[in-house]
Amino acid sequence: MAALHDLTVAQLVARLRAKEVSAAEVAQHFLARAKAHDALGAWLAMNEEVTLAQARSADRRLAAGEVAPLLGVPVAHKDIFVTRDFPSTAGSKMLQGYQSPFDATVVARLAQAGAVSLGKLNCDEFAMGSSNENSAYRVARNPWDPQRVPGGSSGGSAVAVAARLAPAATGTDTGGSIRQPASFCGITGIKPTYGRVSRYGMIAFASSLDQAGPMARTAEDCALLLSAMCGPDPDRDSTSLEEPPQDFTAGLGASLEGLRIGVPREFFGAGLAPDVRAAIDGALQEYRRMGAQLVEISLPRTELSIPVYYIIAPAEASSNLSRYDGVKFGHRAKQYGDLVDMYQKTRAEGFGDEVKRRIMVGTYVLSHGYYDAYYLQAQKIRRMIADDFQQAFRQCDVIAGPVAPTVAWKLGEKADDPVANYLADIFTLPASLAGLPGMSIPCGFGAAGMPVGLQLIGNYLAEARLLNVAHRYQQATDFHQRIPVAVDAAPEARA
Amino acid sequence: MSLTSHDIARIARLARLELGQHESERMLTKLNGFFDLVEKMRAVDTAGIEPLAHPLDAVQDIPLRLREDAASEQVDREANQKSAPAVERGLFLVPRVIE
Repeated sequence: MAALHDLTVAQLVARLRAKEVSAAEVAQHFLARAKAHDALGAWLAMNEEVTLAQARSADRRLAAGEVAPLLGVPVAHKDIFVTRDFPSTAGSKMLQGYQSPFDATVVARLAQAGAVSLGKLNCDEFAMGSSNENSAYRVARNPWDPQRVPGGSSGGSAVAVAARLAPAATGTDTGGSIRQPASFCGITGIKPTYGRVSRYGMIAFASSLDQAGPMARTAEDCALLLSAMCGPDPDRDSTSLEEPPQDFTAGLGASLEGLRIGVPREFFGAGLAPDVRAAIDGALQEYRRMGAQLVEISLPRTELSIPVYYIIAPAEASSNLSRYDGVKFGHRAKQYGDLVDMYQKTRAEGFGDEVKRRIMVGTYVLSHGYYDAYYLQAQKIRRMIADDFQQAFRQCDVIAGPVAPTVAWKLGEKADDPVANYLADIFTLPASLAGLPGMSIPCGFGAAGMPVGLQLIGNYLAEARLLNVAHRYQQATDFHQRIPVAVDAAPEARA
Repeated sequence: MSLTSHDIARIARLARLELGQHESERMLTKLNGFFDLVEKMRAVDTAGIEPLAHPLDAVQDIPLRLREDAASEQVDREANQKSAPAVERGLFLVPRVIE
């Protein structure tokens, strides 16, 4: 019989329902595994008592015959969601030890669906970064090669799922923070349409872009989780969409015969590494074999999405992060003079370099005399980018291409070069700016045996179609089942 | 366009961030590197284009949502102040503002 950590969420649900295993046993198994592999740096907070209490409660619900979609399944949360039962830090010193008085809507909904929380996962500080190296707490390592980054900002989530330390995890994606780490670690992740999932209790980075989604090993598991996470939250998130919750597993398995897949020529330029390109080309051919039709399309402002995003996101961040002033919660400097001095020292001590840079950029582009030239101009091009997608969707049903130009890079390789990090976001930013749903699914391996992710982008609210397109691919291929064997070969040997 | 150390000091003041001498210099280099990247965007002709704030506004009217201004939950002051740096008798303490 397969080990518990080799099972998918769907398989775990079946085992739990059949009472072949208890939620407490499953929780204990994953806690032990997460601890044994702590050197991967996936976790920021764990609390066995809390997790086991939740598991026992799930067992009582199971014993009472309740059929909740995720009853007894352990899920770990990116430490960007606030939780009552665990500290919530957003990967920042600013929030060290912060205890939220409430649970994020995503956390509450997953608990309602029966999920058992395994604690909080490492991420880039305030979700700003694409390597997890901006975490104020610890290095997260790619399970396929511990000397490489796992991607970010949902790096801990990707590590936990790829190393099978958690069956699934939550993530958030502002400019690619679910898709890129999923791609780098060889797992499956979906960023839903902006507003599908409530942002209530998600520590804010850029409010017009932030969106939560699930990360797991299969599209089917993502469908299960997303069904529990999504739905309107009108009293608590004014931008949440009115779309009723949906069962995204219902449409899985439909034929792809006649599906038109748009292939944006701008995603295959000189910047795309040949190893990634080869894996993506292979995936596109696989889709053709399944009856889909490839259509060349153009997203002419792909390159512009980098400056546009890196104006809009910091602008919103500088505003959102002004709440960290050392008064109501979070860090306060020990030594200070007057009130302004307290603010300035508190923020200087509490924020890391990348967060400071973005606050500075955002403050500048929103300041008097620069607002029109930068912020407003970026918002106008943002509309042009969104319109380009609508133009493209007249010719195709989904769009496919690479998630990132390269496979995961070495730790430290780009650590002191923010612009190099920004450029690597080129393929995920367009869908983020347009608010469209996007996925990453494992589609092969590139240089040094590192995973490559295929990005699938759908039109607004087309998550069900996207998940099916991913699911069909996973029925025809086994890239999503490959595991980083080194993780279990010598866990104690890793530094 | 190039920022100067004077600009960095002004922005840091607006952002309420204390930057040391060395940090300011590094910030200047990094920010100028970043704004080189942004130059391309400024040349785009956006005449007649409406700025996009809510992404779904690209395809549908997104009305601003309001709810009734009614109390829906009890405020638990103790829980809310649990993570505050300095509290006394339910009040947040800050340095003296008015002499």
